[in-house]
Amino acid sequence: MQDLLADLLKQATRRGATAADAFVVEDQSFSAQVRLGQVDTVKHAREQHMALRVFVGKSVAAASTSDLSREAMSRLVDEAVSLARVTSPDEMAGLPDAAELAREVPDLGLADPQGHDLSPEDKIELARRCEAAALAVDPRITNSEGGDFGDRRARYAYATSHGFSGEYRTSSFSLAVSPVATQHAEMQRDSWYHVTRQRARLDAPEEIGRIAARRALRRLGARRVRTAEVPVIFDPDMAASLVRHIAGAASGPALYRRASFLVGKLGERVAAPPVTIVDDGTIPGALGSRPFDGEGLPVRRTVVVDQGVLRSYLLDTYSGRKLGLPSTHHGARDGSGVSVSTTNLYLAAGDRDPADLIRSVKNGLYVTELIGFGVNGVTGDYSRGAVGMWIENGELAYPVEEITVAGNLLDMMHAVEGVGNDLVFRDRTAAPTLLIGRMTVAGA
Amino acid sequence: MLARPERFFADRFGLNAGTMERLLGSTLAGRVDHADLYLEYRISEELVLEEGAVKKAARHVSQGAGIRAQSGERTGYAHTDDLALPNLEEAARQARAIADGASSSAVVAVGADGAPHDLYTLAEPPIAASLDRKLGLLGRMDTEARALDPRVRQVIATLGSEDLVIMIATPSGWTVGDVRPLTRLNVTVIVEDGTKREIGSFGGGGRVAFDFFLEQDRWKRFVSESVRQAVVKLGAVEAPAGEMTVVLGPGWPGILLHEAVGHGLEGDFNRKKTSAFSGRLGQQVASELVTVVDDGTIPNRRGSLNVDDEGVPTRRNVLIEKGILRGYMQDRLNSRLMGMEPTGNGRRESYAHPPMPRMTNTFMLAGQDEPADIIRGVPRGLYAVNFGGGQVDITSGRFVFSASEAYLIEDGRVTRPVKGATLIGNGPEALTRVSRVGHDLQLDEGVGTCGKDGQSVPVGVGMPTIRIDGMTVGGTQV
Repeated sequence: MQDLLADLLKQATRRGATAADAFVVEDQSFSAQVRLGQVDTVKHAREQHMALRVFVGKSVAAASTSDLSREAMSRLVDEAVSLARVTSPDEMAGLPDAAELAREVPDLGLADPQGHDLSPEDKIELARRCEAAALAVDPRITNSEGGDFGDRRARYAYATSHGFSGEYRTSSFSLAVSPVATQHAEMQRDSWYHVTRQRARLDAPEEIGRIAARRALRRLGARRVRTAEVPVIFDPDMAASLVRHIAGAASGPALYRRASFLVGKLGERVAAPPVTIVDDGTIPGALGSRPFDGEGLPVRRTVVVDQGVLRSYLLDTYSGRKLGLPSTHHGARDGSGVSVSTTNLYLAAGDRDPADLIRSVKNGLYVTELIGFGVNGVTGDYSRGAVGMWIENGELAYPVEEITVAGNLLDMMHAVEGVGNDLVFRDRTAAPTLLIGRMTVAGA
Repeated sequence: MLARPERFFADRFGLNAGTMERLLGSTLAGRVDHADLYLEYRISEELVLEEGAVKKAARHVSQGAGIRAQSGERTGYAHTDDLALPNLEEAARQARAIADGASSSAVVAVGADGAPHDLYTLAEPPIAASLDRKLGLLGRMDTEARALDPRVRQVIATLGSEDLVIMIATPSGWTVGDVRPLTRLNVTVIVEDGTKREIGSFGGGGRVAFDFFLEQDRWKRFVSESVRQAVVKLGAVEAPAGEMTVVLGPGWPGILLHEAVGHGLEGDFNRKKTSAFSGRLGQQVASELVTVVDDGTIPNRRGSLNVDDEGVPTRRNVLIEKGILRGYMQDRLNSRLMGMEPTGNGRRESYAHPPMPRMTNTFMLAGQDEPADIIRGVPRGLYAVNFGGGQVDITSGRFVFSASEAYLIEDGRVTRPVKGATLIGNGPEALTRVSRVGHDLQLDEGVGTCGKDGQSVPVGVGMPTIRIDGMTVGGTQV
């Protein structure tokens, strides 16, 4: 793979590129879905693609192909170089300073080669056990969208014309199930899942199935509630979605376009003191970890919000130059160029027991699912559909649906009154239970 | 630029009807209910202009094959991006493995379900138009936006174009192909006034040539609409919270239909009985003013197809007729298992994905009412004319769609603009509350992309002005 990239970069330079970078990725995946005990869909895939970015002076262009033949590579170089010749120059365009490049590629334990040594039958069996456990929990679990097992292994190599060359492998394993609970004419679906880089660390299929079933059952008997301003508790997965919105507003491209509610807020208080948000790409074995970023820069731990104060943006080289700041090594390379992405992003655990947070609310909402896209990243205005439990006198009283929660993300962050101690990394972005003092819940 | 699909794959990869028949026949025939091979070659281009400079110029080529074998309710799917014959044979073996052991009935020979349409043959596909003309247009959009209003701080103009060649083959030797052009032009502006900042975005396109954007100064309208929306939002007040009468404007607000009823009428959810609409054919699910169709045969539309991704010609399917549920949208698997006809709705994002039932262009037919009268009849309510995305929980039927431009209606008049808010409702019930339907049916401008199970496909929506008596608006003003 490294030879392929070296050859590609050499061809680009020969044909007029003043600088270039390229990656190649090879990926093999398998997934199996079992529905009501029967195999529903099994998928096998093998994919590869290659992408090249070239600079001709300060003009830039990119091209990618899934055809890795010599002829296709040659076409790729021609396409990219000729595109770059017609684009206008951009003073900020370019590779990062060579002195900043990662000098070594740390082994972060992102691959589990032995983990993939399971027969298709064994993989199907894991999906079957996961769904069977969900179906067995209660007679009201009457149907299912299926149990799924998936695994994927990938090999990624990246090189630049100014001396960087690195590669790494990753594995991932996932199990999920979506059972349907029925009561009279009412039907409710929910799901649960787990994803890991090491197969041995995957939760037992039976545990995932049982949690999914309990989540679906908990939604039966859902009602609407009257429109009110009340305290709202976000469960860990939903709190993580808020952290993603904050990271989106803190990312370089949104900031230099002035399309973010965090423009000009560096060093200012943007949240209540219990809120600390960190991005850490160095955690061994974690889903968001990587040994170098999309521009070959070493990964690190970045404190984005420290006890409520905005301490760092999330930048790649280009958006950093536009803002007059150094890259924070959050570049993500894709077929069209470089963008910004987080690694393992989390809201740090607080000291409150989640049950205590619920007990502290007399009348309010506990959110377990959010749907829709009602988030304005420019103003922070927030309005989404919600599903959850109504809290009465400190107890989860009954399920609610067909309601919305609304506010403004900055106001919401300032109104955080409690942070749970239940931080668990189940995904690239994680958060503990979060209590927000006041939001508008719209219903009947 | 691209020849007929059969010639294209024969010349480029040495794959012709004979090779494909042998490939499918030797590994799959006699052991499965249905099998097909899907070949795809796609060229795409993205151009982004920001601050008057070309920020992104990229071209992508992707090619691959997906092989599918079905037995009973089981599907085996394998895909590869290497179109060499040994690779395809290996993929076919993997797809077949799933069918082995299943008690299979005889092979169902799938043949033509009618002739493909000819909805989007273009003299010059958009991908072939010159880069100079494309970049020139993006530059003019930037200048135009800044000239329209001094509060415009940032302009992002994007043009995406692609050409997709596909061919589908079955063991019986039947093949069908399609060449699908697609393009979309979009402009986003950021406006600033003192400490206030807002965003406006507008665009359009379809299976059309690049010149489409120049006709009738379409591009200028896209620019003025995006600036107008952003400026209106600068003056928006808090949106109301709670249940109220809602009037939806014509065109893109048809996303209501896509979320409230469209997904719930896709065959897979109904075969599995996980849709809130399962088992409700023939029942009333909307007011008698409401007729909803899904029509993949409208020339040059973004959601249209000559044949679907299983080779079935698209049709105009009536989903709801005068309030009564008439039909589901089907692919081959689900129609076979439900004993229904395929409807030309089997679609996939690419060769890397198996097909499933998906929408094409989904819209409500026009009614009799004057749009202005519809608004005049509302003492207090919300008038929403532009939306971001939407989402639905198929099983419970709860759906949302988010208004990006909306106004209060006070005493029958449209008054103040309000901030964006999510509207939430219950699919099987929401359309029963439709009490007025305008005569002003409009289809959207050609920007929609629908996501399902991780697969994105281009779609269209449309609607006349309608009034809904009671829907929950997710604002902040109690």
